Amino acid sequence: MRYAETGFNLEIDLTRRSIERVATDPVDTELYLGGLGTSAKILWDRVPPEVEPFSPENLLIFSTGLLCGTPAPGCNRTIVSTISPQTRLMAFSMMGGFWAPELKHAGYDKVILRGRSPGLVYLWINNDKVEIRDAAHLKGKGAIETEELIRRELNEPKAQVAAIGLAGENRVYFASIEQGRSSASRGGIGAVMGDKGVKAIAVRGKGDINMARPEEFMELCNGVLKYIKLREDNPIPGVMPILAGLGSPQEMKVHDEKWHTENFMWGNSRTRRKDFWNEEIEKNWRATLENARIRLISCYNCPMKCAATLSVPGFPTYMMKCFSKLTYTMAAYSDLDFGLKIAQMATDYGVDAFSTPQVMAFALELLEAGILTGKDFPDIPADSEGRFFWLLDRIVRREGIGDVLANGTYWAARQIGNGAEEFAHNNIKKHEQLPLKLSMLNPIYFLMYATGEKINITQIEGQFPQAPFLTMEEREEFVKDWVQVPDEKFKQYLLDWEPRGEKSMPFYPTVEMCCDIVDWQERMHYIDDALGMCSGLSSFPLKPPYHIHNYPKFISSGAGIEMDEARLTQAAKRYRTLVRAINISRGMRRADEKPPENHWKKRFPELEKELLDTYYKFKGWNDDGIPTKESLHELGLDYVSEEFLRRGILSDSDNGSAEGTSVTRQETKVEDPHHEG
Amino acid sequence: MKVEKRKKTIKTIRIDVDKCIGCMACEVICSAFHATPKYSSNNPARSRIRVIRDPIADIFVPVYAGEYAVAECAGRDKYTIDGKEYDECAFCRASCPSRDLFKEPDSGLPLKCDMCESDPPQEKPLCVQWCLNEALIYEVREEEAEEDGKIEDLETGLESLANKYGLNKIMDIVTRMSVSKKG
Repeated sequence: MRYAETGFNLEIDLTRRSIERVATDPVDTELYLGGLGTSAKILWDRVPPEVEPFSPENLLIFSTGLLCGTPAPGCNRTIVSTISPQTRLMAFSMMGGFWAPELKHAGYDKVILRGRSPGLVYLWINNDKVEIRDAAHLKGKGAIETEELIRRELNEPKAQVAAIGLAGENRVYFASIEQGRSSASRGGIGAVMGDKGVKAIAVRGKGDINMARPEEFMELCNGVLKYIKLREDNPIPGVMPILAGLGSPQEMKVHDEKWHTENFMWGNSRTRRKDFWNEEIEKNWRATLENARIRLISCYNCPMKCAATLSVPGFPTYMMKCFSKLTYTMAAYSDLDFGLKIAQMATDYGVDAFSTPQVMAFALELLEAGILTGKDFPDIPADSEGRFFWLLDRIVRREGIGDVLANGTYWAARQIGNGAEEFAHNNIKKHEQLPLKLSMLNPIYFLMYATGEKINITQIEGQFPQAPFLTMEEREEFVKDWVQVPDEKFKQYLLDWEPRGEKSMPFYPTVEMCCDIVDWQERMHYIDDALGMCSGLSSFPLKPPYHIHNYPKFISSGAGIEMDEARLTQAAKRYRTLVRAINISRGMRRADEKPPENHWKKRFPELEKELLDTYYKFKGWNDDGIPTKESLHELGLDYVSEEFLRRGILSDSDNGSAEGTSVTRQETKVEDPHHEG
Repeated sequence: MKVEKRKKTIKTIRIDVDKCIGCMACEVICSAFHATPKYSSNNPARSRIRVIRDPIADIFVPVYAGEYAVAECAGRDKYTIDGKEYDECAFCRASCPSRDLFKEPDSGLPLKCDMCESDPPQEKPLCVQWCLNEALIYEVREEEAEEDGKIEDLETGLESLANKYGLNKIMDIVTRMSVSKKG
């Protein structure tokens, strides 16, 4: 008997219209856990680097995590993996909500899509019965609207539906997959779904999920709930309110946006408005949010209320969470009322709320700079808000300039040329980043930005305070009940960390300490992504209820897999390395591993080099960021090094020197943009 | 006959639909608690509490499984409360042919909330324990019951029935009812 997981994947070939229920190997669960881990293994095995993102051979995998659907609070994430049309690397975007537990109850751990449907279809997974259904009547419909239409059509109010909007259908490189209050937005996975001709996947499940050692598992769950309550009642003192509690940043609850509006950048990640926030704005924005907000809501089996249902006059009701609240507002130099309105349309069109506003602000900058002209923007309104609505519409329909912009700032700039590249300034690995420009290099963040495989800072940061506490009393207070640390040394790092002087940034934490800290932060995200746990209760906030000490117990009592901290760490390292291996086989190298040039004003090139050198070594990668034969062997990934040798990515004589690998880099680097339209 | 006022204990769950965030934790823990062995599996489809949930319409109603109904009721009205339209079923506790709530998914047998009766007893039903947002509040209160008075009423009623149908017929029916209850 399989515990926590079902032991079956659903394999759907859209070209042949075949549907298979395939048993999975329990050994893979032990090695790669589930979720991101086992999906990475499938992508490595079945999608070689020659496969284009928009190819029937590319896979689109919807996965539950190992513990999704069990009573573990907050374990509800759907992990979607594929090859991204934008970064041309592996994308593994995720969403909370209700879809993954429903799929487990229907009897499957993953839905693996391959091929391409000639006409638009949707999938209806109703326990044992799985159908590919015609979706011609849903063409062009909004994502949220589609969910409702499908539930009504099936007469299944309890069906959970993940859908794409117009942007996904038109293969916009930053199209999302929407699911009620949640969306998997990063990396353009919605475009791959559109390319496959799949409008939506509806799921209904009524089967049991079994626990290996029930009493023990429940005791752990109750412990988590108790700790959540304790943390709710005792916010962490001395840090910004947004970092003091659990969950994802409570943007639907808070009204004080001084920190975001004065520290994050406006426009195309350009302008910092240090004196923006005042009482009048606070009053107006508070009224806007309070009038729009109907209710704070949660994901499946989670007591947090990170999202809200919103209703803005003239627009259909929708759901939102986190920083989408302000990305459109700030890109357009507008107000919250505009932000909430355009976000409704953007959600229904199904686009990423990080990339989309920046793409639009980028287009308007190019117009202002004369690189694009009025001819590219026929009949565009004069006001900023009107221009954003106009652009959003053109982008999701791929009309006129929208067709170019729909590929994101990196590819659009190359296509436009004439100096446009300078304006696509906020990317890492071709992917738009948080609009943040700071003064002095932060060595921990440098490593996270450079090496984060998800190419999204929020999906690698967490656990360790972002800045030192001013006084020793505060530090001692903080470390007193810091049970989450994997090793006592982290407490010392924090105790010794000063805001100024010898033990301050960028030289303290030292390079070695930075490696430890980043490795810990990253490890927790990777464990979450395999188990299906929301990072809001685990890897993202300070002092979360889930950590390296209780996770092994959850896995062994829930899934019945013998687990301890060392084995869990090793497993996370294994599939983390596999994700890197996929990206390395697709040409990613050290030269790609860098934050935006202007992310910090004050840079330290020598220190940055040392950080990357040391971190690569620490991770078992050579100087070009390629996992070495020895480290792959240690992780049981000899099949990866064999492939690397066959492809000339590693050589038998490879000793990890920079000279040896730079040749490899030139040979394998994929640089050509690939536009299929 | 002397009428005596007696106390009885009423266990209820107060449901505050305004506080429900729609997480369905109540369904998860209910189904886990009632699994055999306890907590060995979970499955909201087996839960004795279900959340009628339509976020876009802002409808979040936790409803508990009550009595089994052989047939669905005739008129199912719609209620509009604060501008929101609810089906009468949203407040109905019956395990009934009109919907798939409160039935074992495999056998179709009806389910009923038992307030997590167990040995040793739970401090509160599990759904209440897991509802950190306090949409579900467990309440125990004492009510005065005029049971003796009711028995007097019963006697009067039976006498009139016996006059109409004859005592033997009444006794036959009572015997048949008690057998079927046991069976």
